[in-house]
Amino acid sequence: MSNELFFKTATELASLLEAKKVSSTELMQAVVARTKAVDPKIKAFNSYDEADALAQARAADERRARGTSLGVLDGIPVGMKDVIAVNGQPLTASSKMLANFVSPYDSTVTVKLKQAGAIPWGRLNLDEFAMGSSTENSAFHTTSNPYDLDRVAGGSSGGSAASVAAGETIVSLGSDTGGSIRQPAALCNVVGLKPTYGLVSRYGLIAFASSLDQIGPFARSVPDAAALLQAIVGQDPKDSTSVQTDVPNYVAELEKRKGPWRLGIPKEYFSDGLDPEVGAAVQAAIDFYRKQGCEIKEVSLPHTEYGVGVYYIIATAECSSNLARYDGIRYGHRAEGAKDIVDLYFKSRAEGFGPETKRRVILGTYVLSSGYYDAYYLRAQKVRTLIRQDFLNAYRDVDAILTPTSPTPAFKKGEKAANPLAMYLSDIYTIGVNLAGLPGMSIPCGFSKTGLPIGLQIIGQPFKEAEMLAIARAYERAHDWSARHPQL
Amino acid sequence: MKYEAVIGLEVHVQIKTRSKMFTRVETGFGREPNTLTDPVVLALPGTLPVMNKAALDAIIKAGLMLGCEIAPICKWDRKNYFYPDSPKNYQISQYDQPICIGGSVEIELPGSARNIMGEHKKIPLTRIHLEEDVGKLNHVGFESLVDYNRAGTPLMEIVSEPALQSAEEAFAYLTSLKQTLIYGSISDCDMEKGQLRCDANISIRPVGQQSLGTKVELKNLNSISFVRDGIEHEIKRQISMVESGGKIVQETRDYDGQKGQSQSLRTKEMAHDYRYFPDPDLMPVKVDAEWKARIQAECPELPFEKQRRFQETYQLPYTLTSVLVPDRGLSEFFEAAAKASGKPQAVANWIVNDLLRELAQAKIGLEESKVKPAHVAELVKLIEAGTLISNTAKDVFIDVFQTGDAPATIVERKGLKAETNEGELEQWCRDAIAGNPKSLADFKAGKDSAINGFKGTVMKAAKGKANPKSVDETLRRLLATM
Repeated sequence: MSNELFFKTATELASLLEAKKVSSTELMQAVVARTKAVDPKIKAFNSYDEADALAQARAADERRARGTSLGVLDGIPVGMKDVIAVNGQPLTASSKMLANFVSPYDSTVTVKLKQAGAIPWGRLNLDEFAMGSSTENSAFHTTSNPYDLDRVAGGSSGGSAASVAAGETIVSLGSDTGGSIRQPAALCNVVGLKPTYGLVSRYGLIAFASSLDQIGPFARSVPDAAALLQAIVGQDPKDSTSVQTDVPNYVAELEKRKGPWRLGIPKEYFSDGLDPEVGAAVQAAIDFYRKQGCEIKEVSLPHTEYGVGVYYIIATAECSSNLARYDGIRYGHRAEGAKDIVDLYFKSRAEGFGPETKRRVILGTYVLSSGYYDAYYLRAQKVRTLIRQDFLNAYRDVDAILTPTSPTPAFKKGEKAANPLAMYLSDIYTIGVNLAGLPGMSIPCGFSKTGLPIGLQIIGQPFKEAEMLAIARAYERAHDWSARHPQL
Repeated sequence: MKYEAVIGLEVHVQIKTRSKMFTRVETGFGREPNTLTDPVVLALPGTLPVMNKAALDAIIKAGLMLGCEIAPICKWDRKNYFYPDSPKNYQISQYDQPICIGGSVEIELPGSARNIMGEHKKIPLTRIHLEEDVGKLNHVGFESLVDYNRAGTPLMEIVSEPALQSAEEAFAYLTSLKQTLIYGSISDCDMEKGQLRCDANISIRPVGQQSLGTKVELKNLNSISFVRDGIEHEIKRQISMVESGGKIVQETRDYDGQKGQSQSLRTKEMAHDYRYFPDPDLMPVKVDAEWKARIQAECPELPFEKQRRFQETYQLPYTLTSVLVPDRGLSEFFEAAAKASGKPQAVANWIVNDLLRELAQAKIGLEESKVKPAHVAELVKLIEAGTLISNTAKDVFIDVFQTGDAPATIVERKGLKAETNEGELEQWCRDAIAGNPKSLADFKAGKDSAINGFKGTVMKAAKGKANPKSVDETLRRLLATM
């Protein structure tokens, strides 16, 4: 257990707070001080409101003093990816388009966090509109990997992952459309979980690709991830894609479910592009489960190779429409000196969006165009169904699937920035999960020789997050990767 | 060469719901700009639509009333285009799977005279789908201002087959459609408030030709008379264009009703590619048989069906039904009064002649009237029973209209009850005969009209309160014995 408050887990802090050994104010002060000390190097934050966070911490302390604590997350800072709306706070999507936009409303997850007493803490950097795998597409700055500042933290939720890894927050929320929670979690030695599509409300999450986006937790332990997930799940009348489902007590279930499990290893996920060190670490994790009595089975997900292609058609199609609202008319960046309305649209969007965003909007517009719709979008949707069917077929034989999260550890800044396709391939193991709407998570499973974190991806069955978390927890109990904090 | 017109109408109707199509903010007209908005209406980052079930109920009702097939799934698509009145720069609509398919609108063309029923026709519908309305642009000098109060109001688009042949038919179609939708409480269809808007697709072809000519879409037909005038104008424009050797181009034209002119907005080449695709924010909604049955039970009788029933069941002439039926409230008023009195024709006459006149003079609607169906029924029964004579009844009706008192109460209050004391009446009759020997002689000589001389005297003695029928009977009975 770390002696520094900001490196403690929410679970540890909850008992310290409960026992009044520490106050939320002290905790928040420690986190603020840590952020001020290291964020100039990490650049996980786009902005933060210290006074507001401290005021909320005091309110949490008062509740605790009165005996009206709201639970384990009361007074715990939760870092917020800058695509999740918090009333009165900036909501920029790391885009010049929304650089000055302040949200006048709370997202549903924010409402739920506030109900649990958690403190929405700061605005965390990302690739512009969550499009990218390194935060290099942020209009503001690139977030550094806390374990090697010359390397990326992953993306798009790079700020969410790096801030948790560096002790700038206790836990955080990110969003995952094709791997944007799991990949940066793997690259930063933290736990990151993407829930089943529909488990968490998307109301107040800036949409990238509506049929793929989900909000999920980052944490330094599996129980923390479970506790944060618990706080944000549930059907929302403001999101008709959210689903009514029985939600178990994830934290309690962690200790109840002990396996052994039947775990599937998809042969298609251990192919050419996989870094040998990553492969070895994941293999070691698989061996661990085998030794624990789990049945390890090879499974096949035959349509895996189409995943990236299908993803870049569906995601870009949806984003081309989702991003149409950023037109400079009602809010956001408006260009000066436009001649007429069309000119205003062109200029505002040309100035407001970065190159990757433009690339995807253009690609998405193309695949939806009359004459191309059937060949691209419609066909992609059909293949998507096949990809989901692959997973469901595999789940007839196994309880969960184990894979690497990312084919490589964190890459150097600039290494892939000039080659979009190489960047797209860094999501090759995570994309299928979004296309199939499944839950998936990444947990730390080792380090490379050069000290870079490696992640294990656990893919669960629809709405079986409790099972997936228990599988992760079984590994975590026997390994202390999370205890290895970055030297900053 | 003789030409005929082929016309299809696309009618947008705002559905009367309390809240908007995809969010809970209120709908309304004439309010302070941009007050009927919320984060969803303004398309703020991160907001999501959630379907208003009342709007889906209403369009299903419209579909059932118009004989449409109701699709088993209500599916949503995005129609993508950039314009400042559209906050998301896409409109949530229904593309390849409209909720209502087929159906028809029954229309009545003008008859040869006002009191003669015209020809009836059924105009087939292609589809009706549900979508959301856009905001409104107001141009002030060099500035354009946007008001999003209207944005997101539930809107249905009713598309007819190209089956109308004249401006007159289009007019009749809109009239009937409006009546039906008002009957169903689906919309108030107030064109001045933009609750009903009409675009027309118009082409011409030589009479006898089967294939359709090149169509022109005419927009902004903002009143029911502009629809008629605009179509008339466009048909003439096309005929003179063809006759002068020109060619019709497929285009969209804007009709200016004030000037009676149209001008081209865009040609086919400039048409939008809307890049429709299923809206991933909205789950398709299953409409099962139970749902349809529940709505079916709420559907009122259609206006033309009611008119036929009134003619058959109550033996009302066309002219009366054509006044009573178009207004659902008035027709229900009539039917209640007819049932309570058992005298449908008398009741209909009182409503059409007296009630409507008084309402018009007072400049109020039926719902504000103090006259209730029971009053009219009672009045008719009093006349029938001989208690009230028709001249007096007119005054009683006006009194009811002003006070809301029951006719019997008014008769009592004003002492208008017709005399029924037989002894007194007989005495007045005897006195009248005795006092007018000349008339008696004339009557006995066979001059029947001589009896009127006695009647005048009796009425005078009775101060007008004698029942004319009883007076006549009593006089004749007495005269027969003389």
